[in-house]
Amino acid sequence: MSSRNNLPVLAFATTALLGIAVVLALLVAPEDVDQGVSQRIFYFHVPIALTAYLCFGLGAWKALRLLSVGGERRDLESYTWIHQGTIFGALTLITGSIWAKASWGVWWSWGSNQLVLFLVLFLFYCAYFMLRFSVDEGARRERICAVYALFGVALIPVSFFAIRLASDFIHPTVFTREGPQMTGTMFGSFLVCWAGITLLAYVMYRIELVGKRTDANLRELREALS
Amino acid sequence: MTALDLDEVGFVVRGQGLEKRYGRKRVLRGVSFALPRGGFLVVTGANGAGKTTLLRLVAGLAAPTRGVLKVTGDRRDLGFVGHEPLVYHELTALENLELFGRLYRVADRRERSGMLLERFGLWDVRSDRVSSYSRGMVQRLALCRALLHDPALLVLDEPFTALDENGAGVLDAELASVAGERTIMLSTHDPARIATLATDRLVLA
Amino acid sequence: MSSLTLYASDVAALMRKDLRLELRARDTLPAMLLFVLSTLVVFHFALPTGTSDDAAYGLLWIAIVFTALLGLARAWAPEREGGALDGLVLAPCDRSAIWLGKTLAVFVFLTAAELVALPAFALFFAPVDLVAIAGVVLASVGICAVGSLLAAMAAASRGREVILPLLFLPLAIPLIVGGVGAGISPQGATYLSFLALYDLIFAILAWATFEYVITE
Repeated sequence: MSSRNNLPVLAFATTALLGIAVVLALLVAPEDVDQGVSQRIFYFHVPIALTAYLCFGLGAWKALRLLSVGGERRDLESYTWIHQGTIFGALTLITGSIWAKASWGVWWSWGSNQLVLFLVLFLFYCAYFMLRFSVDEGARRERICAVYALFGVALIPVSFFAIRLASDFIHPTVFTREGPQMTGTMFGSFLVCWAGITLLAYVMYRIELVGKRTDANLRELREALS
Repeated sequence: MTALDLDEVGFVVRGQGLEKRYGRKRVLRGVSFALPRGGFLVVTGANGAGKTTLLRLVAGLAAPTRGVLKVTGDRRDLGFVGHEPLVYHELTALENLELFGRLYRVADRRERSGMLLERFGLWDVRSDRVSSYSRGMVQRLALCRALLHDPALLVLDEPFTALDENGAGVLDAELASVAGERTIMLSTHDPARIATLATDRLVLA
Repeated sequence: MSSLTLYASDVAALMRKDLRLELRARDTLPAMLLFVLSTLVVFHFALPTGTSDDAAYGLLWIAIVFTALLGLARAWAPEREGGALDGLVLAPCDRSAIWLGKTLAVFVFLTAAELVALPAFALFFAPVDLVAIAGVVLASVGICAVGSLLAAMAAASRGREVILPLLFLPLAIPLIVGGVGAGISPQGATYLSFLALYDLIFAILAWATFEYVITE
């Protein structure tokens, strides 16, 4: 497979892109009038969130392929995407929390729908790992995890609406935050950050997958020799 | 891999290079066999050799990790007896057979249930819950359940387990009466018992 | 018999089987009834004076969800005991019928618990209106549909009952939002529609994927 060769290139490209992104976000992009320096974390927080959604979506797609076509390969791919998604989800919560502290002085706000959604999803996908490690390895486990991954992706829009509805009566939104009105430079910086972080997720996925496949191959070799 | 003509007519079960792995554990390795219609295949081997796994594969309760397995017919044509009786403990024998008879679309399930329960000596306890049965009685009920829909293929995993002389005798008679008409695949620790009926033997290492 | 009639008859037979088993064993349903009642009493002691009715209503939903979990934990126990699940998987019936029969049976048990919980809540805390009751019914559908599938997953795990709440609670959050909203918000109808949407999406998903959860 030729893709085995391009991983180092991709890793290098990612590092370069992220380097540029950091420079753009922290130095080049104009400071936001309303929010000041703290707004800069938006350049990372939103792409990280979007990337998390992407990872969960890809995990569910691989899961769907596993159920319809089958194959241990897809199980590993689905699992790795969901793992990446969970990592980026945790990062979303952390960056979101930092942003909340910088903007409003609190580490957490139930009024931030995005943050609450990620908390729910984070719980859901943590349970995915608990499920995976408590079922014995085999075809059954692959299918159960795949079905759960599909439920996750269905939960994302449903939870989103639920949280919107909940903000009616649980906590009226004390702090509102609109997305910054982005000038051209800001938007450009945002795009670069987004591209960099998406690429980062992909490279991390590839690296982890290689590791897992090597593990599996090693196990098979040991089996064959014993 | 030598190619068995897997689409050859007349074979009910054909396996080639069957392998079953549960994660790290490999339970079956490179098993090949062919069972023609009306055949009687006996599977033997030491404990842990994979007899149960192989029979579960044939029954469709598990899928092989590698290799090809072809079984003619659908779930309606298959009767399975495993290590567990596959019945509800808190239902009576009659209720169990009524439920499975319905699920298997057995047209005259009441009559067949009665007939089988009587043949296997469970008629008197037909309205007692399975939880009150002895191990041997439960096994007999499992056999009734497997035979209820008169399946064309019988897959039996150590069916003589827990049966007393009487029960074993009934099973012997039952197997003798259907051998030739139905296809049977059976695992046992006592192959001498059905040596006369067996048409083929598969030894798992 | 058309295949739809056969399907319905399979589901009915499976549901009847569960109801019959519960009537005999009488372990799950009494436990659920007592649990929901005890929980409501505990809430009285847990809530400080002056707590609004709305807050109390939120706690009702906690009670309902955890009572449901109690019932769901034992939902597949009869199939585990005698290995009957394999028996069902071997049968020619549609695997989704197994899920539907179980879901309907659990729904009956949960409804019975709610028939105790709602009057008790009205007695101890605050009255419950029709929209709230509709919310309870709709949310219960979602709880049972998703819960019985997750319970089957949990049954395959070494953790057994311990893992079921972990799997279930994130998925239950939208249901709680919908149920509480239907009870206390002036726009109750919005929340009812939302619950109906949840039920539709997740019931279809559960119906379609159950086969893969119990087969290899």
